[in-house]
Parts: sequence; structure tokens; C-alpha cells
Amino acid sequence: MILIELPPLVNPELGLIFWMTLSFVLVLVILRKYAWKPIMASLQDREETIEKSLQEAENARSEMARLTSQNEQLLAEARVEREKILNEARQMKEKIVGEAKSAADDEAKKLIARANDEINKQKLAAIDELKKEVAGYSIAIAEKLVQKQLDNKGAQQELIATQLKELTKTQSVAG
Amino acid sequence: MPDFTSTFKSSPLSKILLLTAFCAFFNLNILRASHEGHEDKGATHTKTEVSNEHEIAGVTDEPEKPIGKQVSDMILGHIGDNHYWDAFGHYVLLPLPCIVYTESQGLQFFMSSQFHHGEHAYNGMKLVNMGAKIVWEDAAKTEKIYDFSITKVAATVILGSIVLLVIFIGVARTYKKRAGMAPKGFQNLIESLFIFMRDGVIKSSVGPRYKQFMPLLMTIFWFIFIVNLMGNIPFFPGGANATGNIAIPLVMALVVLLYVSVNANKNYWKHIFLPDVPVGLYILLIPIEILGFFLRPFVLMLRLFANITAGHIIILGFFSLIFIFGSMKEAVGYSVAPASVAFTIFMGMLELLVSFLQAFVFTLLSSLYIGMAIEEHGHEHATEKH
Repeated sequence: MILIELPPLVNPELGLIFWMTLSFVLVLVILRKYAWKPIMASLQDREETIEKSLQEAENARSEMARLTSQNEQLLAEARVEREKILNEARQMKEKIVGEAKSAADDEAKKLIARANDEINKQKLAAIDELKKEVAGYSIAIAEKLVQKQLDNKGAQQELIATQLKELTKTQSVAG
Repeated sequence: MPDFTSTFKSSPLSKILLLTAFCAFFNLNILRASHEGHEDKGATHTKTEVSNEHEIAGVTDEPEKPIGKQVSDMILGHIGDNHYWDAFGHYVLLPLPCIVYTESQGLQFFMSSQFHHGEHAYNGMKLVNMGAKIVWEDAAKTEKIYDFSITKVAATVILGSIVLLVIFIGVARTYKKRAGMAPKGFQNLIESLFIFMRDGVIKSSVGPRYKQFMPLLMTIFWFIFIVNLMGNIPFFPGGANATGNIAIPLVMALVVLLYVSVNANKNYWKHIFLPDVPVGLYILLIPIEILGFFLRPFVLMLRLFANITAGHIIILGFFSLIFIFGSMKEAVGYSVAPASVAFTIFMGMLELLVSFLQAFVFTLLSSLYIGMAIEEHGHEHATEKH
């Protein structure tokens, strides 16, 4: 069967070929099922996950940038709005204060006018009263003067004096 | 998994010192062994008729044998196969199971210790070629012996397969357990190489259908890598020149050839049998293409075999310098030892690189070879036409 006698170094032994084939094929079959496939699947899974995560991070970042610029815009808008509202409020305040002031002025003027009227009315009433009183007194004095005989000048003078004193006394009591 | 990192975290200098001390220890052991061997075996020599018989693993027993012959026997004994496993130098020779089939005696199982290191015959058979071969004691007998023994190389291959299975089934389990998490520890170490091979070699060489060939190519890569590394360990469970034994790369090359033949597409076969040349050139081209078809796996086999064997020979050669010089005068041998050890360390480092490199190259070329066979028609011919 042997065609050429090879030197032992390069002459493969039948037994070794048998054992090597057996071991290698067994290792190949077992590792294919229990090692290479699970490892490859895990690696692929992980690579896909990483890729997806990176993509998601990128998306999130752009979304963030968009939101930030939107926020800034909103902030600027809000600032303008605030300014406007404040201005309006200020104007409103001024208007209200002005209105209140003018209303109060009017009221005060009205009150003063009413007070003046009242005073005038009272004054007139008092003058009327006084007039009536003076007329009464005059009549009474005149009556007394008429009743008493006016003999002498001295008695007359005394009479007038007492009458006046009486008058003033009653007036001061009344007054 | 054992954590080796702490052991080697110290400075590079201390690593070199450690290695030197280790190698020196090992060297001196061998030196002593050869001396003892001289005395020991010299005494037993008279007992045996055939002087070659008890040279197991290149242990030489003849004081009168020239040193050059002793060294070449030792080296050839090491790189060849053996029915004993020289587990620690030649102090511990582990007997290995022998499985022998002959037509007259049928299938036989026995331990190689039955041969008593080649001194005794068993069932009419004896062990020769420094323990490598089982032959009939009666040289005239021509009946063929089918030797399916689990020799040192076969045992290394089986052990390497077990290591491979344990490592990768373990790692695959870690992947399942830590699904969705970052790789950790040993898994991380394996993964970095795995991804390097997948993306840098297999995916780019095989092409888009690479997934189908991942199991084969990954098994080839890690098998060669692990068995190469085991070959770099000087004692049990290493010490065998397994990937440097022609049978081992032969089987892998044949498996690659089988894969290529089964998976090759029409274009590939057409390229071989009906190339795009004038019909007159077929006579020239078709034999070349057919030769190329077989030559590719052949070269694949030869490269791995030659590289690993050469590495083992060089390392043993450097060691042997000590004994060659020592045979002139013992003191010379000892004074040569440091230089020899330094060279051996250098070669050892180189062998570690070669262990990876040869696994890598074998996988790369297998990938290219498969890639060529399954490539879809198109740019291939455009580049090859001119």
C-alpha cells in the first residue's frame, strides 16, 4: 500500500490522524452549538444595543437643543409680556389714582358747598331769630316805658338802665 | 479562572529574572539527568541485546555515542511522537494507553508500560524509534500493525480539546449570565481576541457570508493557539510537539479543503475547469488550477508544521549547546549555560509570538481561501484577467 517511504518526521501516523479528526470534529460540533453561536449572538446583541443607545443619545441631544432654544424663545416672550403687563398696571394705577383724586376733590367741594349753604342758612335763621327777639324786647321795653310815668329825667335814666341790664342779663343767660 | 495578573504585575526585570532562574533550574536538571543516565543505563546496557530499545524520548544510554548523535536523537525524539509522556524531563515517564489492531491478534488495549521503556516485547511487539513506533519483534513478520494508540501528541490534542471546551463553554455561559452587561475578567480577555479575529480577519477575508464559517475558523484559530501554547510548556501537560506533528495540521487543512469543496460556488469551479482563456491554453491552465486547489491546503499544513517544529528544534538546540560544550569539559558547559539560557529565553518569547502568529496566519489563509471559493462573480475576474 505504501507508495513512498517518507521520513518519519513528515509521515503522518494513522492513529494520530484518527484521534485528531475525532477530537477536532467533536470540538467543532460542540463549540459550534454551545460556544460560538451563543457568543456571536450575545456580541451582536450588545453591538446592536450600543448602536441603538448611541442613536438614542444623539436624538435626545438634538431634542434637548431644540427644547433649549424653544425655552429661550419662550423666556424672551415672557419677558416682553411681563413688561407689557407692568406698563399696563402702571397706567391703570395712575388712572385709578387720578380718578380717585378727582372724585375726592369733587366730594370735598360738594361737602364744602353744602357746609357753606348750611352755615348761610343757619346765619339767616339766627338773624331772623335775633330780629324777632329784638322786636319783642323793643315792644316790651316800649310797654314798660309807656306804663311807667316818666316824671323825671333821673328816674327815666334809671329805668332804662335797669331794663337794659335786665335785657343783657337774660341775653347772656340765654346766650 | 485563576488571576495571573498579580503574579506578573512586577517589573519586567523581575519577570526575566524569574524566567532565567526557572530555565537555569530546568537546564541543570537535564544536565544531571544526562549524567545519571550515563551511569544508570550503562549498567543495564548488558541486559539488552538491541541497543536502541530503551531510548525512550531520546534518553541516550550509550556512553560511547558521540555527543552530536545524542543531541540529534534527543531533538528528533522530542519533536516526534511517543508512546510515553515525558511528564517532567525524563524523571517521570507517564505510560499512555496503546490501542493496536492486527489481523492475527485482533484489537488490543494495554498500557505502554508493558513495553518497560522498550526493554521488553509484548505479544510479539516491541517499541522502537525512541518510543515512537510499535513493530513486530520478529523482523521477518510483514503483517501490518494498525496503531491507534493515544500517544503523547494524541493525548495533547485531546487535552487541548478539553481545555478549549472548558474555556469556551464557560465563557459562553458568562455571556448568558451577564447578558446586556459589559464584558468582565476572563471573558473580556477572550472577547478582545475573538472580536479581533472576527472583524480583522474573518469578516474582511470571507466576505458577507462570514457567519456561516465563523465556527470552523474560530475553532481552528483557538485550537491551534491553545495547542501551540501547550507546546511551549516544558513539562506536563505540555512538552509535546503537537501542532508541529504533520498529522495535526494535515487534518485541519483537510477539513478546510472539505469546507471549500462543499461550499464553493459555480464561479470557483468554472475558474478551475473552464477558465476565461483561449481553449488552447486549457492544457496548461487546468492542471495548474487543479494543482493550486490542492496546493493551498497543503501549504497551509506545511507552514504550521514547519514553523512549530523549527521553533522546538531551535530551543532544544540552544539547550544542547550546554551539553556539547560540557562534553569537552564540564566547566565549559556551565560557563556556556548563561548565554544558552539567554538565547532560549529569547526564543521562548519568540515562540509565544509564533504560537499566536501561526494560529492567526492559518486562520487568515483559510479565510481567504474560503472567501475566494464563495465570492460572487464580478470584480474577481476583472482583477485577475490581466
